[in-house]
Amino acid sequence: MVDPYTMAAQPAEAGGPAPHGPAQVAGAASSSLRHESAHLHVAGEARYVDDMPTPPNAVHVALGLSSRAHARIISMDLGPVQAYPGVVCVLSARDIAHHNQISSVGAGDEPLLAEDHVFFCGQPLFAVVAQTRHAARQAAVLARVEYEDLPTVLNIEQARAQGGALVCRSLEMTRGNAAQALANAPHRLAGQLTIGGQEHFYLEGQAALAWPGEDGEMRICSSTQHPTETQHMVAHVLGCPNNLVTVEVRRMGGGFGGKETQANIVACLAALAAARTGRPAKLRLDRDDDMMITGKRHDFVIDYDVGFDAQGRVLGVDMELAARCGWSADLSGPVTDRALFHADNAYYYPDVRLRSVPLRTNTQSNTAFRGFGGPQGAAAAERMMEQIAFATGLDPLDVRLRNVYGTTERNVTPYHMTVEDSIAGEVMTQLAQDCDYRKRRAQIREFNKTSRYLRRGIALTPVKFGISFTATHFNQAGALVHVYTDGSVQVNHGGTEMGQGLHTKMVQIAMREFGLPHERVRITATTTGKVPNTSATAASSGADLNGMAVLAAVRTIKDRLVNFAAAKWQVSPEQVHFTADGVVVGEATVPFATLVNAAYMARISLSSTGFYKTPKISWDSATGRGRPFYYFAYGAACAEVVVDLLTGENRMERVDILHDAGLSLNPDIDIGQIEGGFVQGAGWLTMEELFWDTSGRLRTHAPSTYKIPACSDRPRIFNVKLMENVPNREETIFRSKAVGEPPFVHGLAVLHAISDALASVDNYRTYPGLNAPATPEQILRVAERLRQQGGVGHAQVHT
Amino acid sequence: MRQHISFYVGDTLHHLSSLPPELTLLDWLRDQQARTGTKEGCNEGDCGACTVLVGRLEQGHLVWRAVNACIHMVWMLDGAQLLTVEDLRGPDGALHPVQQAMVDEHGSQCGFCTPGFVMSMVALSTRADLAALEGTLDGERIINEALAGNLCRCTGYAPIVRAMKKAAAYCARHGEPISARTAELSARLQALQDGKTVELHSPQGRVTLPATVEALATAYAQDPAAMLVAGGTDVGLWVTKRLRQLPHIIAVRTARDLHKIHTRPDGALWIGAGVTYTEAMPHLVAHLPTAADTLRRIGSTQVRNAATVCGNIGNASPIGDGPPIFMAAGAQLHLRCGPERRVVPLEAFFLEYGKQDIRPGEFIEGVLIPPLPAGSVCGVYKVSKRFDQDISAVLGAFVLVMAEDGTIQQARLAYGGMAGIPCRASRAEAALTGQTRTPVTLLAAQAAIKEDFTPLSDMRASAWYRATVAANLLVRLFEPDRDSPPHHAPTLQNWQEVAHG
Repeated sequence: MVDPYTMAAQPAEAGGPAPHGPAQVAGAASSSLRHESAHLHVAGEARYVDDMPTPPNAVHVALGLSSRAHARIISMDLGPVQAYPGVVCVLSARDIAHHNQISSVGAGDEPLLAEDHVFFCGQPLFAVVAQTRHAARQAAVLARVEYEDLPTVLNIEQARAQGGALVCRSLEMTRGNAAQALANAPHRLAGQLTIGGQEHFYLEGQAALAWPGEDGEMRICSSTQHPTETQHMVAHVLGCPNNLVTVEVRRMGGGFGGKETQANIVACLAALAAARTGRPAKLRLDRDDDMMITGKRHDFVIDYDVGFDAQGRVLGVDMELAARCGWSADLSGPVTDRALFHADNAYYYPDVRLRSVPLRTNTQSNTAFRGFGGPQGAAAAERMMEQIAFATGLDPLDVRLRNVYGTTERNVTPYHMTVEDSIAGEVMTQLAQDCDYRKRRAQIREFNKTSRYLRRGIALTPVKFGISFTATHFNQAGALVHVYTDGSVQVNHGGTEMGQGLHTKMVQIAMREFGLPHERVRITATTTGKVPNTSATAASSGADLNGMAVLAAVRTIKDRLVNFAAAKWQVSPEQVHFTADGVVVGEATVPFATLVNAAYMARISLSSTGFYKTPKISWDSATGRGRPFYYFAYGAACAEVVVDLLTGENRMERVDILHDAGLSLNPDIDIGQIEGGFVQGAGWLTMEELFWDTSGRLRTHAPSTYKIPACSDRPRIFNVKLMENVPNREETIFRSKAVGEPPFVHGLAVLHAISDALASVDNYRTYPGLNAPATPEQILRVAERLRQQGGVGHAQVHT
Repeated sequence: MRQHISFYVGDTLHHLSSLPPELTLLDWLRDQQARTGTKEGCNEGDCGACTVLVGRLEQGHLVWRAVNACIHMVWMLDGAQLLTVEDLRGPDGALHPVQQAMVDEHGSQCGFCTPGFVMSMVALSTRADLAALEGTLDGERIINEALAGNLCRCTGYAPIVRAMKKAAAYCARHGEPISARTAELSARLQALQDGKTVELHSPQGRVTLPATVEALATAYAQDPAAMLVAGGTDVGLWVTKRLRQLPHIIAVRTARDLHKIHTRPDGALWIGAGVTYTEAMPHLVAHLPTAADTLRRIGSTQVRNAATVCGNIGNASPIGDGPPIFMAAGAQLHLRCGPERRVVPLEAFFLEYGKQDIRPGEFIEGVLIPPLPAGSVCGVYKVSKRFDQDISAVLGAFVLVMAEDGTIQQARLAYGGMAGIPCRASRAEAALTGQTRTPVTLLAAQAAIKEDFTPLSDMRASAWYRATVAANLLVRLFEPDRDSPPHHAPTLQNWQEVAHG
């Protein structure tokens, strides 16, 4: 300890931490700590955009939406809107003096407000700015719009029938000669998988509050996953340089990809209203409007042709992955690319050709959603594995194990990246043992022999998920760390908190490095004013990228403090260590605050930025070759379900998951990501169904019609474990692995377990070919088809 | 006559004399009271992010009910105690045991749904039978039911259920802080009950809160254009989604004599127009035991706490779950206009989509459900995309009155979701009547079902699915299967087998 007046170091107490060991702070990185805002969440004290005190002179914005899926606007009479009591002004495309364009990829195909055409039902036509939100909403429905309807393209089938216009380029990946491999294969089958989209249903809808400042400044609180892009879009629409716009995000009430680009619409319109009126302006979408306007997960139709041998080994694959992209490009290019990157899931395809077909349709512009196309690609791989198992009579698990990537051979992906870290086989094998997969499978088949209407099914599926943005330049991050003279620390970084615990992990990194308890480390709202030019918090990369940036900033400050302490107390820098008990300096231990204050007095800078860029990665979409991913995250899930053959109702009886988070930064938070990701994935593949009517109007635009899993839909028995002692082979932050998206793919086990239950209808002779979402209706249709195929009519079932 | 409403929010007494009739509790809390802990997630009573607790004296006992503030109107609070998430901390600032358990078990991720979950969990933890919850399968069902009206997109619910069990265990042993204040809170609520009719006037309109059914009948006869509102779980959406303005609302639930629920000497169950589903539940379950599992899936806890049984009939939705059940049971609807009363069989009340046998100024006073005949077989099955809190694709409610020789004396098959109104399957009923329960009879009834209905296709189900399921549900009345109650094929609802190896 140190005498605070003399600064004289005193000997460390006996029994203290080993001077050379890591700082042993409870809750520091690599151990569990509760979410940094948990105490605020439970008390209703965590503020979201709509909870911020609204300035008294604020105006409120509501949107007028297109009622047609594709039409020319003949006329738009906004007189009645303007005349409604409380309306301040109405903004349409012609009121946007600068750029009415918010395509995040620069495609130039996404006007903020419709110009002379509308391209989907729900497209924003105009913005009403009023004294109250209620008045704005009331006025927004009063516009008189005349349309001239144009032909619509609503889904993949129609898009293909009408020429197959694309929103962006198609990608092709090839290795070897797929056509020849298929021709030579002893067995070959082809099929088609249809897989539905998904609404994000973040509990907090899209919202933004914009404050106009002096001299053209604009400050925006936005519920966005990508503050930098929101900043750029606002500046672009307002026609001002980026340095006038500051975007701030304390937290989001969920994002899941739905606020990566879609938040820009709301932020830009709030900013536009604020710029026009000179008053603070808030736009918070009503849930129905939110669901009508914003894009969703891409639905896919995947055609596959696979050759294999009698042992179920894949010899060649040819696959076409067509996606409904909606009316504009948005992120459909990288999303459909990632579907290709994951069309192998965990399996080696010796000869392969994959290509994407990103189709333009008159529907919401589909966008990022947890997994970003990857789960759809993985679904195709699992479909092939299951169908091969039927064709060969093998247990699907054995087919999967025979095709899984090796580490020294059979280890090159369709994009020519060598897989160096495959543990998918080990994970599946261990999980199968842990959850007694083979014994239960036999018991289930026995049960199904005598149960007439309730049938059980089981499946075990793996995931291998590539970690990094495939756009290489996004793999960078910045941080800004301040140490104040009282020894308290403030951490800022470019990532955003949407519930995934990113901020908690960033605090834990600083705790571990400085040896401080969590009370001494404060995380701030993410703001473009502190850390500029950031990437979206997406692609599971938040902790990987920002964690290393925070670490870099912290280590810069630490180095200065170490050098200062070494000089002051006449020890070598190697003799200075940051521990839970304080900073060990040679034989002495100095409280962190004391050291910091002394450093300040000696005019040492206590603030630093940090920067990180992911090494080793590269990707060339023109050649379809590269190393787009720094590493892969792995896992496996085993699901058991019961299905009612009279109604198609189904329930998850038991789910076991074994997942690889490397050396987890926070095991409790990571298990939360896995549990939540799994249920979200299972919801996507079972009950969540988007329904557009024949005019192109989305009819599932509220939770009354769009059903996400509720409490009783979780598995009745739910065991989630992290792989133990599996450090990331690459030098990630404390050897952890990304955990945001990979567990979402575990939902596939449920789809295949339902398929297994259905196969019993025809005594496991016919492949069910179950598509997603496997709603009760979809399940009943397959059951009826299998009854008829099996020559067992329904009438005979109960006679 | 009183011209203001009085209620407590936390420990603060509010008197309001002027408010827009359709002002929702959520808007009032967030916009006027700066209580932003209560969140708006959907504004239609489905997601539960706006869940608050309303405490009332029911038969002299203080009872806490979780409701959705987004579709609860402010005037509904007259005489009540409101608690929002801001009221849960103890005097020393300590978190409520439910809140602490949610922190400890990582029950929040993004945190937006969390205040609503916390309120539903606190409502459960105030229950007197809390100690019985721990560990059992039944306990999980009770938790699922309590939380069915709260959606979470982050956690997958597992940590929230863990937190609920932990908090329940804690409260069972150490007491629940809000329950500990029952005597004090009951006394001050008692002081608000003056038994007077209330008239509220504002520039936007007026609200009549009649104290008695007489006052209600008079007010409605005078202004048949007024909007009758009971629980408001349907009308609330007209306000929040269709932006309807309601210049004159007459409340139903304030009329104390409409709260009667009792079994008559002849065994018939009377449910007054002011009785919520939650209040009616134990009576309905005793009266129609085989309907219990379906009745618990009507709406969510929050919805059943506000919605009335008779309101579910009165709004005449083709997909309401109550009407087919009551129709199969042979219920009769008691209508009143001013001083005049009449009784109609429930199935005669629904004329066609959007049209009922009801006159201007006439209202439902109650519904009378006769007892099931001895030896009858009754089955009620709800089929929806999601198990809990979903609108039915098809609901089938069946009563077969059996003769001693095993023939079907009378068949009452009522369906929801199959037509523009809830209605009976008369051809299928005819196919069953006088027959025994053989596979041949079943096939004939199933064929007749296809003749009875021409269902619609929509986002919930196709016509094919509705027709197929409507026929398949009859199987459950015919198929004894292993491990299931007699005369019923097993359903996911009653299937409890755990053979997990």
